[in-house]
Amino acid sequence: MRQNSKAFNRHGIITLKNVGKINPESIEDFIAHDGYIAFEKALFDMNEDEVIDEVKDSGLRGRGGAGFPTGLKWSFTAPLKVKDKFIICNADEGEPGTCKDRLIMEGDPHKLIEGILIAGYAVRANKGYIYIRGEYYLSIERLGKAIKDAYKHGYLGQKILETNFSFDLEIKVGGGAYVCGEETSLIESLEGKRGLPRFKPPFPGIAGLWQKPSVVNNVETLCNIPDIISKGGEWFRSFGTKKSTGTKIFMILGNVKNPGIIELPQGVTLRELIYEHGGGMEDDKELKCTLVGGAAGCFVGPDLLDIPMTIESLSEHGAALGSGSILVLKEGTNLIALMKNLMHFFKHESCGQCTPCRYGTEKLYRLICKISDDIARNKPDVNDLNEMLETAKMMQKTSLCALGQSPLMPLESAMKYCVIDEFKKRVIK
Amino acid sequence: MHITINGKVYDAKPEQMVIEVARENGIYIPSLCYHPKIGKAGKCRVCVVEVEGIGGLQTSCTTQVSEGMKVVTNSENILEAQRMVVNLMLANGRHDCIKCEQNGDCELQDAAYYLGIENPPYQFGIIEPQIDDSAEMIQVDRSKCIECGRCVAACNNTVVNEVLEFGNRGFDTKIIFDNDLLMGESSCVQCGECVQICPVGALIDKRAIGKGRTWELDKVETVCPYCGVGCKLELHIDRKTDEIVRITGVEDSPTNEGMLCVKGRYGFDFVKSDERLTTPLIKENGKLREASWDEAITLVASKFNGIKKKFGSDAIAGLASAKVTNEENFVFQKLIRREVGTNNIDHCARL
Amino acid sequence: MYKNICKNFEPKRDNLLLILHEIQDSHPQQYITKNAMKYVAEYLKISIAQVKGVISFYTMFSTTPRGKYLIRVCNSTACFIKGSDNVLEILNNILDLEKESITEDNLFSLETCSCLGVCGNAPVMMINKEVYGNLNEKKIKKIISDLKRGNK
Repeated sequence: MRQNSKAFNRHGIITLKNVGKINPESIEDFIAHDGYIAFEKALFDMNEDEVIDEVKDSGLRGRGGAGFPTGLKWSFTAPLKVKDKFIICNADEGEPGTCKDRLIMEGDPHKLIEGILIAGYAVRANKGYIYIRGEYYLSIERLGKAIKDAYKHGYLGQKILETNFSFDLEIKVGGGAYVCGEETSLIESLEGKRGLPRFKPPFPGIAGLWQKPSVVNNVETLCNIPDIISKGGEWFRSFGTKKSTGTKIFMILGNVKNPGIIELPQGVTLRELIYEHGGGMEDDKELKCTLVGGAAGCFVGPDLLDIPMTIESLSEHGAALGSGSILVLKEGTNLIALMKNLMHFFKHESCGQCTPCRYGTEKLYRLICKISDDIARNKPDVNDLNEMLETAKMMQKTSLCALGQSPLMPLESAMKYCVIDEFKKRVIK
Repeated sequence: MHITINGKVYDAKPEQMVIEVARENGIYIPSLCYHPKIGKAGKCRVCVVEVEGIGGLQTSCTTQVSEGMKVVTNSENILEAQRMVVNLMLANGRHDCIKCEQNGDCELQDAAYYLGIENPPYQFGIIEPQIDDSAEMIQVDRSKCIECGRCVAACNNTVVNEVLEFGNRGFDTKIIFDNDLLMGESSCVQCGECVQICPVGALIDKRAIGKGRTWELDKVETVCPYCGVGCKLELHIDRKTDEIVRITGVEDSPTNEGMLCVKGRYGFDFVKSDERLTTPLIKENGKLREASWDEAITLVASKFNGIKKKFGSDAIAGLASAKVTNEENFVFQKLIRREVGTNNIDHCARL
Repeated sequence: MYKNICKNFEPKRDNLLLILHEIQDSHPQQYITKNAMKYVAEYLKISIAQVKGVISFYTMFSTTPRGKYLIRVCNSTACFIKGSDNVLEILNNILDLEKESITEDNLFSLETCSCLGVCGNAPVMMINKEVYGNLNEKKIKKIISDLKRGNK
């Protein structure tokens, strides 16, 4: 059953429920809004496996972009009999056009702490880290205060609420590297090293931080946990679609009347997002296409306006949801210039560890610059586009981590939708 | 355990990576960052293969074997991917083999040869040599570097000198010495481990430049004469002039596992030095004259005997050397204790 | 200065980034000096090359002096669509400097950066720890002149 999204206009349902409503610097205010109730329920009324089963039952999938089932991820780490296990919260929100985690951390930091605590309890971890981007000064400050307050109130530390569960939580800060959003490079960065991705397997759930089992979850993912525990997996499943349960935070940006962030039940269509929640196109221009999921995302055109914006339905159309960022582009947008911006982004953020990405991202950028210059001279060469596509395909096949595999998706989809048209216009001349 | 590579079944040990099994059986998989000494790397992405049941391409240096695993190393899909990766490496460097010291012993050259690459179709512009000539023994040419990271791993994990590291990121990634200094200004002790492990001509022995190409050199194994550790060396000798061109450590030697110190690797001037002593010398009336070993040893023995008779055994002491082996030192202390008859024996390393 | 900062952290490598941030923020010109790098390496018992490797990997760190006010202009997609190039050009003109450099009076330096996570207010920039959104020429001029006035 999908609930009517209009009813929730601009109000959060789960993850953004408290944002803007409560005082983020007051743990008392959070507790007054049923805060830490879910954690206490898990701690006193449920055993570890029951918590995992509830999360599995909810159908929650990771909200960082890959969409891996959260309960399943936890169940790999939970049974491991190791002294140190870690919960790592990925708050290295770097995907261009993504600002959901920041909103939560600044608006409802205790919800994140509660989610981490429940995850820690479920997988029998004793230490948590929140890895926040260095640029998010306010998030670091607010979460820092929230953690202090949680210690004071006995929600963190040794023998929490007089049980045998002990858990410490610490903030670590990034230094400006998009690739650290990838879980293994995030772990390297946590260890105080260059953020170079590791090859998998082993996966972090088995051997992560200091080679110890580590569950890495996104901020939005973890903020779904308290409500799943207090209200149940079944309640959670009442939102969204069968395969994509619950809600999702969407960022509607670019050429819309009211750009902003909104949490909606999954399954909402692009049309609803743009024309209802985004207030329609800026200056009532025609929609050219959208860039869904940030730089590592995918161009989605007007032909897909009415399909549900879920991982599985987008993937049927060769697209991806990613972080939930939707950059709306009006007719007349210079897509070659935007592609140049994207390719510069990849080249700038490549960690440089593996060959295809280190050289490939540079090559893609140089080619798009050439194309851009050639178009200005009205002499674009379609071979350059093909060369870009071939290079991106090879990068997708051979790169070590997702960053090098990413440029193909926006490139291919841009060509499908629009870039080719821009080319044709000029080539025919 | 058995795995199948290109349709043929081979023995494998459970902890092995696919590339190791392939190499043991003479199957060439081009690779650049992998080296047995530094283990799994997975960085260069050239050694990709197909493994049945796993989608996409897998790097064979990071894929552990499992019973019944079926591997293909030479499908068109694989070769095409390998070609594009190697092409990208060639695109960003001054990989001109003609005057390169590594010509004939270069793993990038081998890969390009195997993949049938002549000239890379794409070039990142004209790349000038970027030579750092500041160090005593090692020349660095960054325009030949492929950032495989073997030298960094060798410096940090094998010899643990911790001088080398990657600096910057992305396309600007480069190898740095200390705080991004010139090699000659850094804390590098010139052990040359990085030179030995470099798959291309980016790190080379300075003194070997222009002294002969790899195929012109005879390789002779020997033991380092400098100290008692007994590192195994390989001398690379120009067969025309009979000169040592360079020295490398022998990788499968249990003593040094390929590692050498600056003396063992670069201190071979003495071999053909005019000042080198080739016969014993006896000083007569303040002047040294050449003598035979028999004459010299007889003279020393008679002098020792004379001292022993006149002043007693304890008037004589023996000082052993760190440069000789344990066995030689053992024999020496027997000489001093049993033949001379004194416990006055010590070792130069205690001084 | 940096010695006191180090003392606040356990000498463990995973504190490296936190230490570097604090050292950089405490320097009036927001950068990490060679001496500081050397000290941090000794404090954490890692090589100077490893410290340099980390500093040069992360874009927030600098080993050259920056202005008292460090302006970071977001040039990610959402801001780009809303004219971040324009913002950069305006700033370059007002401050009379080349991209990614520092003004003569050492007051301002200009850098681009990846998404600042304030995409709803694109285009945005951050000056030190403060974020400014919905930028236009008038607004930028006012922000800069206010900062300049505060320094007279």
